[in-house]
Parts: sequence; C-alpha cells; structure tokens
Amino acid sequence: MLLIDCPYCGERPELEFVYGGQAHVARPAQPAQVSAQQWADYLYRRDNTRGVHAERWRHTHGCGRFFNALRDTTTDHFRATYKVGEPPPSAAAPVPR
Amino acid sequence: MNEGLRTREGGRIDRSRGLHFSFDGRAYTGVAGDTLASALLANGVHLMGRSFKYHRPRGVLACGAEEPNALVAVRRDAARYTPNLRATQVELYEGLAAHSQNRWPSLAFDLGAVNDLLAPFIPAGFYYKTFMWPRRAWQWLYEPRIRAAAGLGRAPTEADPDRYASRYAHCDVLIVGAGPAGLAAAAAAAASGARVMLCDEQNEFGGSLLADDPRAAAAIEGRPAPQWLRETSAALGSNARVTLLPRTTAFGYFPHNLLGLNERLSDHLADPHPDLPRERQWQVRAREVVLATGAIERPLVFPGNDRPGIMLAGAARTWLNRYGVLPGTRAVVVTAHDEAYPAALELQAAGVFIASIADVRARDDGSWAARARAAGIPVLTRATVLGTGGRRRVNSILLAQLEGGEAGAQAQPCDLVLMCGGFTPSVHLFSQSRGKLCWDEGLQAFLPGTPAERVRSAGACRGVFALDAALADGAAAGAAAAREATAPARTGVCPSGAAAAAAAPPAAGGGAGFAGALPQPAGARGRAFVDWQNDVTTGDLALATREGFRSIEHIKRYTTTGMATDQGKTSNLNALGIVSCTLGKPIPEVGLTSFRMPYTPVSFGSFAGPARGELFDPVRTTPMHEWARARGAVFEDVGLWKRARYFPRGAEHMHAAVGRECLAVRNACGIFDASTLGKIEVVGKDAVTFMNRLYVNAWTGLAVGRCRYGLLLRDDGFVYDDGVVARVSENRFHVTTTTGGAPRVLAMMEDYLQTEWSDLKVWLTSTTEQWAVVAVQGPKARAVLAGLVDIDLAAAALPHMSVALGRISGVPMRLFRVSFTGELGFEVNVPADFGPAVWEALWDAGQAHDITPYGTETMHVLRAEKGYIIVGQDTDGTVTPDDAGLGWAIGKNKPDFVGKRSLERPAMTSPQRRQLVGLLTTDPQVVLEDGAQVMAQAGARAPARALGHVTSSYHSSVLGRSIALGLVAGGRARIGETLYVSVPAGDIPVQVASPVFYDPQGRRLHA
Amino acid sequence: MRDLSAARCLPLVSASTVLHALPPATRYVLRGGAEVRAAAESAVGCGIPARACRATLEGDRAALWLGPDEWLLIAPEPPPGGLAAGLSEALEGLAHSLVDVSHRQSALALSGPQATTLLAAGCPLDLDTSAFPVGMCTRTMLAKAEVVLWRTGPQVFRVEVWRSFVAYVSQFLGEAARGII
Repeated sequence: MLLIDCPYCGERPELEFVYGGQAHVARPAQPAQVSAQQWADYLYRRDNTRGVHAERWRHTHGCGRFFNALRDTTTDHFRATYKVGEPPPSAAAPVPR
Repeated sequence: MNEGLRTREGGRIDRSRGLHFSFDGRAYTGVAGDTLASALLANGVHLMGRSFKYHRPRGVLACGAEEPNALVAVRRDAARYTPNLRATQVELYEGLAAHSQNRWPSLAFDLGAVNDLLAPFIPAGFYYKTFMWPRRAWQWLYEPRIRAAAGLGRAPTEADPDRYASRYAHCDVLIVGAGPAGLAAAAAAAASGARVMLCDEQNEFGGSLLADDPRAAAAIEGRPAPQWLRETSAALGSNARVTLLPRTTAFGYFPHNLLGLNERLSDHLADPHPDLPRERQWQVRAREVVLATGAIERPLVFPGNDRPGIMLAGAARTWLNRYGVLPGTRAVVVTAHDEAYPAALELQAAGVFIASIADVRARDDGSWAARARAAGIPVLTRATVLGTGGRRRVNSILLAQLEGGEAGAQAQPCDLVLMCGGFTPSVHLFSQSRGKLCWDEGLQAFLPGTPAERVRSAGACRGVFALDAALADGAAAGAAAAREATAPARTGVCPSGAAAAAAAPPAAGGGAGFAGALPQPAGARGRAFVDWQNDVTTGDLALATREGFRSIEHIKRYTTTGMATDQGKTSNLNALGIVSCTLGKPIPEVGLTSFRMPYTPVSFGSFAGPARGELFDPVRTTPMHEWARARGAVFEDVGLWKRARYFPRGAEHMHAAVGRECLAVRNACGIFDASTLGKIEVVGKDAVTFMNRLYVNAWTGLAVGRCRYGLLLRDDGFVYDDGVVARVSENRFHVTTTTGGAPRVLAMMEDYLQTEWSDLKVWLTSTTEQWAVVAVQGPKARAVLAGLVDIDLAAAALPHMSVALGRISGVPMRLFRVSFTGELGFEVNVPADFGPAVWEALWDAGQAHDITPYGTETMHVLRAEKGYIIVGQDTDGTVTPDDAGLGWAIGKNKPDFVGKRSLERPAMTSPQRRQLVGLLTTDPQVVLEDGAQVMAQAGARAPARALGHVTSSYHSSVLGRSIALGLVAGGRARIGETLYVSVPAGDIPVQVASPVFYDPQGRRLHA
Repeated sequence: MRDLSAARCLPLVSASTVLHALPPATRYVLRGGAEVRAAAESAVGCGIPARACRATLEGDRAALWLGPDEWLLIAPEPPPGGLAAGLSEALEGLAHSLVDVSHRQSALALSGPQATTLLAAGCPLDLDTSAFPVGMCTRTMLAKAEVVLWRTGPQVFRVEVWRSFVAYVSQFLGEAARGII
C-alpha cells in the first residue's frame, strides 16, 4: 500500500485514493473541431512509461480532490505531487526527503 | 519420555510441568517450553515426515522456520486442522494432537515410498516429458492421479470457526528480529524516545542467545548474556513507546515501508479464551525499518545427507541448550565452518559421544581443531562424506579424505550427524523491499546492498556474525534509524542516498563456509539432497544444466528447488554453488531467484481478518427495510444494498407474487421503496452549464419545477448511466442515478468538474441517503396521496415529469410526479428518518385503494412492458443513445456534451448497429433466457454470427404472454421479421417488435 | 418519528471504552471559496476552519474542514434561529452550495482508553495524538466504510457515518473489541 502525499491533506495511505490514469491529457476544447484521429488519441492513447510518470490520483476518501503526481514506475516512489492546473515539477528534481 | 535423552538441568523449559501430546495417535509427554520437535526428539522420535516426491523418511533438519522436513498437521477438531506446520515452530500444549503428512498408511510404513525406488525414472521435470501420450489419457488418468499425488497436507473439512483480527500500526522504527542485534537496535531506538515496534517469530526474544549454553555465555554490557536478555526485554516492555510482538512473523515487505506481520495469539494455548482471535494481522507503516533477521545455517550436500538423525550443528546446539534434549548418543560432525566445533564440544560435555569431526577445509591449524583434539575428538581435515546408512534413522557414515578416495574411507557407526556449511544471511525481507543484493566473496553470501526503502540491516543478516559486532551493529542501526525517523522536516518514504549506504561488514569470523556439493571422488554413489522439501538432488540440478537450462530462474522452475515454504532458506546457496560449478560461472553471474512473500506460510484467515460472515461487506438497508422484512419480503442484493424483490403472500412463489404485484400496480396502486436510487444535488450559479456539458440533454429550457429523463454518456459515446433530473430551483438540480451507478456517476462528475471545467461555480453533494423515497404508482396513486400532501395533484398543476416542494403529513417533502412503471405515479422524497412514518401513512391511506407493496422484480417487469431500459442490463458499455432508442433525449443544438464527438464517428451511426427491439415468441408462454443469442436462421451451427442477444425477458401478466427486449443488428428495420433465439434445446422463433409493449401512447402516464 | 433503536450505549472492551449513538443533528455541507467561508462564520455561530483537516467547535456548533472548498456544519436539532435561512442570507450573492444532509448520516461517539486501538482495527491512519491531534477531522476509511473521523478529546472520537453503514461500523467496532482481551 503506497503512501501518497495529498497536496491538501499530506501523506495518506493508498486505501483512501483512486488512481486516475495518465495526467495532462486535456480534453479538446472544441471536440467538434478535432479529427477522428485526434479524438481517438485523446480517448484511448496513453503512455506506458518506464520511469517517471505523470498521473492523476483522487483523494476520494479524504478531501475528494483530484491532483497530479510524478511516480517512478520502476520503484513506486513518488517524486512529487501537485495540484490540478499546476505545471509538473521538473522530473529531474532531487527526490524529496 | 525417554529420560536418557533429556538433560537433568538447564534450558528454557520447565521440567516440573509435563505436557501430554500425541503424534500420529501415539501418546507422548513433553514439558512446558518444548516445541513439538524438541518433545519428539526427547522421546527418541526422529522420523517426523516423508519427503514430498520420493516419500523418503525424514527427521528434523533445523530448529526454526527454515525446517524443510518436519511438516506436520495439528488438529484441534474437524474445523481446526492446520496442515504444513513446521514441528520446530509448534509450541507444545497439553493435549496437542499432531499428525505426520504425505504418507499412507503410516509414517513408518509408507506405500508412497515406492517412488524412492522409482527415482531413476522420475528425475526433475519428468512430468513434462512423461505424460505426453495418449493425449486423451490426460483427462481420465494422468491429471486425476497427478492431482491426487500433488500438494502437501490436506485442508480442513469444515469452515474455520476461529476469529482473526486486523490492526493498522505506525511507528518511527520497526525492528524485525529480536536477537542480539534486534534487541540492541530496539534499546537504542527506544532510548532516543522514538515510537518503536519489535517483532520476532519465536515465543521469546533472544534469537541466537537462546541457543547458547548459559554457563558458557558471553558477557554483554558487563552482565551475563541471559541477564542482559532478561533486563533488556523487561526495559523495552515497560516503555510505553515500545510495542513488543513475540510470536509475530514479518511475512512481507510492501512498498513505502509497509510491513505485514502475522501475530499468532492462541495456537500455543491448550484452552484459549473463545473471544481470543487466533491470529492478528498487522499492517505496520514504519518511518524506518531495521532488519535483524539473522542468518540460517547452511546444510552440506553429500550422498545420503537426508536420513533422520542428520541435522544442522546449530540445531543440535539448540536442542541441547534451549530445550535440554540430547538429539543422539553417538555423533559424527561434518563441517565447513568453525561453528560446528562449539556444538561438538557442548554436546560432548552433555554426554554425547563425538566419534569424529570431519572438516572439509584444508587447514588443520585452527584453534578450534586443537581444542577438539584436546578434548579427545579426532579431527579429519580435507574430508568428505561418501555416504550414510540407516533407513528410519542414520546408523553409519562413510567418511574419506579427498586424496584418499574410497580406498581410505572409514565407515563410522553413529545415530547423529551434525553438519555445518556456514551461514546464509536472511535477506528475504530486504530482497522483498526491492533492495539490491550484493555477493560477498569473503563471506560467500549475498548481503543487503543498496536499499530501495528506508531500511537498514543489522547483525547476522548482513554478515555481522560475532556477538560483540552484532550488538554494536544493532545499536548503531537502531540509533541511526530513530534519528532519521524523528528528523525535523522529514517527509516521504524514499530512502536517502547517504544514510542508505551501510557500513561494510567486518570480515567473516569462523570462515565463509561452503556453498555447493561436497567434492566427491570418482565413482561416488547415492543421492545428495540440495532441497530436502522438494526432493531436489545434485543430479537434478546437473540434469537441468545438461538439458540446456542456464538461467537460475529456469533451473528453479524446472527442478522446483527453493520453492514452497523453503523459499531458498536452506537450499538457495547450495543450489547456486552447484550450478555455478557446473556452468563454470561465478555465483553472482549465475544470479539469484526472487525471495517471495510470505516468509513462512500465513493462514487465509489472517488475510481475511474480520471481513467474513456479516462483516464480509457492509450490508446497506433502507429506512423502510424493517417494514419490508416484517411483511416477509424476499430481498435481493443490489451492490451492497438489500432491496425487497417481491412480497410473497403465503406460499406464493416469485412468479405468482410478481404477477399479482404487476396487476395491482396496473389496476389499482402499488407502493415501492426507491430509496436506494442514487441522488446528487448539483448546486451553483453554473449548475445548468455543468448539466449541459455533462448530460446529452438540453437543460437550459427546463423550467424550475420540471423533471427530465437525463442520459449520461462517457466520452467514448456509450451510455454510462441514466436517471430523472429535477430542476428544484434556478441553480439547483436534484439528479438521480441508478442504484449501482451512484458512486461512479459522482466520481465522473467530479472528474470533469475538477480537472476540465474548474472554472464553473458549481458543487456536487451526494444526497442518496438524505432522502427516503416512496414510489406510489398506479391509477389510484393520486387518490392515495391526496389527503396527505399540501400540493395540488391535478394533472394540470402537477403534470407528468414535474416536481413540487411541500409537506406530507407535516414532513418536508420533494414530490416528484414520475413513473418507471408507465402508470400515473409519484415519488415521495422525505428526509430519511421520516421514511418509515411516511411509508406507514401512505400505506394506511392506500388501504382504501387496494394498495399493494411491490419489489424490484415487479418493477423490472413493469418497466420492460414499457420498453424502459435498465443501464447495465439492456446496455453493456457498447450501446449508444440511438442504439437504445434514446436518440430523442439528445439536445440537438448543443455544441458539445460528454460523448458527442464520439457519436459523430461513422461507425456510431451505422444502421447495422445493434438496436434495442422487442422480441415476441411465437409461443406466448415461452419465456426466453437473458443473454440468449438471436440468430437470423434456424439451425445455425457454430461458428455462426449472431445478430444480437436477449437483454431482458419476463412473463407479463397484464399482456398474458412473455415479452423480451434484445439488442439486434439493424433491429428497428427488422420489425415484423421472424428471427431465432438459439438455446440448447433448439431454436425458438421470435418476432421482432417495438420495445414498447404496453400503452404505447402513454395515456396512463399522463392521466 | 426518530429511530432511536441505535441509541443504546454499547460497552466495548470494558465499561470504560464505549460506543454510543449521538442524538440527531442538523447538518449542512457548505461548498465555496474562501469568501464563502468567511461570510458564513457569523451565521453558523462558529469559526469555520481554513486549515486542512481541522474542526472548530464553539458551544453546540461545529464546522469541519473536509476539503479545500468543503465544510460539514453541525448544529443541534432543531437549530435555533434557522441555520439555513441565516446562511442563505449571509451568502447572498456569493457563489456557493448549501445542502442539507442532516439525515444522510448519523454520528457515533467512541470514547475510552481503547478507542484508538479499536479504530486501528480498520482505519489505516496514524491515530497517535502527535499525528492525529484533538481537533483533527478527516474523511477516511474504517474497514469497508467511509467515515468522517473527528477527534474531540484525547480518547474521544466522533464518527460520522452514512446511515446505511452505521450497523456495519458498529458491528465492526464490536468485533474489534471482542479481540482485545
């Protein structure tokens, strides 16, 4: 069970969270204007990262907020968590202590 | 008890408290403090099990968790039967009844032992090669036989009556292992004020100290070791910041320093308190972990090394010093390590005749050898073992010097062989934590390297064997862990770079030991076992490499070495040594297999914990549940909810009850508990914008006080949920969802709101449980309500699909005029605590109108008669609004809503998509099966393409015939056609029809 | 009309650690930004915490931070002065949401020296007062039920539970208590 640093509540056990898939996949502002391929990419295409992965989590059984996280998929260690709308911190940043 | 085998004094047993027990039905006596293994040894019983594959007689090899042979079942009663326990870990209690396994008819005479004679024909992987043909024999011969032979022990025949507890815990420092290093670590960490937890799998703390001869014990901190142990444990026990957990195995290391511990609370008690859980599983989140898990003595691999009476030297020392048991009378010691010498000398002092010590090493100038010789024990160097004799107990050993070959071999009579191949640090948990292991050439062992978690190793588990060094190592680790855990501004669970690098362990004392098979002169015979539990021999490993296996992972799977409860504890390094030798590659290049959790087996009950029976899952009931229960309702599970399915009268079956309830609603009036419907209050100045973006419908034009059927898609264009939505005020919507869909709809709404449309000023609140919902449906519904509510119920004032706020019998109410039955209907929403009283009031008022309670089954039939879909039954995640006949719900002028772009894809508008239609069987009494395939022609044989399938099917009492809904390719264009529903008994002809079977004009609805 | 069948006091572990149902209360979920929080305080009659996972209790009124724009307001029933009316007036013109959830959930009080031990059977949070001090509140899990856990005293917790989970939570705590001998 991971320990996840909710940007609002602090470190909480994974039981309180729901994973939300890859982060920073924006819904097209005007779906009618995008091609079928672009729409399919938005719906279905996701990275399969070995290493640092930007992903969404929701503190469902806590504050209820969605937020983003950088997690190293090879170690399960989180590099950072940050609020929706904020840019991802540099993935090269040192591991938080 | 065999008095001659129990020492007169010493040990950690209480000779004054005799305990009766039985093994395979035979009565024995032991004493308090014994394990089953020590008590059997004290009775002269060495034969404790049969090996898995060859059914060879086996005695106890080790004295702890690593024991591979003495697997027993302990039976308290039919339901309390635990197989595959290691006799070395079973604490004796009065009346304990244990049984050996893997033998028939008895342990001493086992017919399965014929496998041993067949051994040349059943080498490693034989089952991959043998049962190839005839192929059909698999079904009736091979598989049943293999299944019967496979597995160890048997399962109990009744449900487990014991209770199991669960506990989450948090601490600054968790220390695994309460040997000298672990105790020193705990003392140091506790001294700094940290929150400390210390667990050990044994019944008492002390680890290796428990096996020491107290008279020869070293001094620790100026005190004799036993005194230090007693006082240190007591000091920790009286510290409120310290949690001590004996009989607790750390079985798994999970991400972010979460460790699973299994505490055994009652297995050692003769008569446990009935409320006492048998086990408690702890999930411990530790800021820092110190592993002080010790080391496991390595067996030596030589021909015939598996006979009862051949055991690890350290185990023999433990039997003597801890349990006061002499494991034999005449012993030969075979060793590759100094540690066997003190064992030999202590056993000799206790009266065991030590015939000789065979040291496989070359040097003979060691001080230990000199001490042994001074004690009159012959010491042979550069020695090897050519074989052993004896069937159910070793009776001789054939020793030779390597140069001498068989010519110089000397057979020595003995009833005990001690062996010591050195020590293998227990790195299981460290490896589970994904830490890197490093090969230490000097120690000939894998040691913890770079950690992946906030973990330190201390003492023997990282190669620090000497007592003084282990104590210092533990104290340093405990202090450092406490310092890190309580450092200010510390966050995260990632290991820190600098602190993680452990100090190098000191050089090995007593030698590195030996990994592999003892060298043999040419022509040596007999099987040398590497993995006792799985019956893997040097020959099996050699065969695997001859057959081309190179990766140790493949060799493990082919030969099964290190599998099951062993997990490499006794077998790992010897197997690696042999493969390394055969392949001519150094051990680190051969690699290492994974250490898997659990470290030792953990019961299913421990994992289930309290989540069984009534507590398996929450059982959610509505405010009106008691009323339904008292009326004899039959309930069905809908998610976690209990919903009344129908209300049988007398001996009525479901079919009759549902038919009666349906007619009651159609002809008079029914009352239905709809409280489980999901409800979400959407509030804020942008509420209508949010609803427009999310649902397919147009909401801007929905007047306050009106309702609309809302349809929700995913962005892939497929139906996700539906429900009636009421506009309660300008900026407030009362949204209903399906019963099962409530949480996921709310989650989806939050997702879009928080991550895509965070600019909208609108908020979502679940109100599912705020409201009790009583549906009153049928032509008399208005008359039932009329006298109770302060609202004008006339069709003009409150038309179909409207909502009004008012009171019912004084209780505040949201009154919906909606219908899922096709009849005039109302849904009365009141604050939940008032639900039962309001239901009763409606029930009373309904008596004059022949009101009938109905359940979900009736509701399903009524809605199917009207062609109303149930999401998840008539849809399956690939159904568009148009497929379901709901295209009318889509707001045509909206620029966007969730799913709109997907609906514009050509494949989503194809006329050949499966569309919801009605299916009427030619024979009106035949009720189709849900899920049955719809075919174009009769007599279709596989493979044939189905046109679709039946989604809902019922007998309709109002229509006097069966009805069904189905998804059929191009279905709406096929109305009137005859198709065939394929069932095992043949084909059922059906006519495609409109899905609305009853009152297609909807006159009743608008009455 | 109230169902008081759950109002009985359940002694757990020993007479000193007990679980009992608290009386019905008026509850609102208040949603909105910082300006809503500030404007609502006077109507609620109680400070509304800005700090995450904290509750304020003034007299018989309480406000619990549940999320950065979400508070649970608790007042005795019936609320003197009409809490909803006062709030609506105070929040006039401010974007917000106010939803009555008085009947959605009910409250259990767990108190006594073994309170944290019992909760730890099913709650994955660290309940040591250093990590979960008096005045802290949060949504979390208790076994398979979501609850709002609020520590009102060193050995006293208020557990807000959706009504259909009350029986499960009570039984679970009872089972946990049986295991402590």
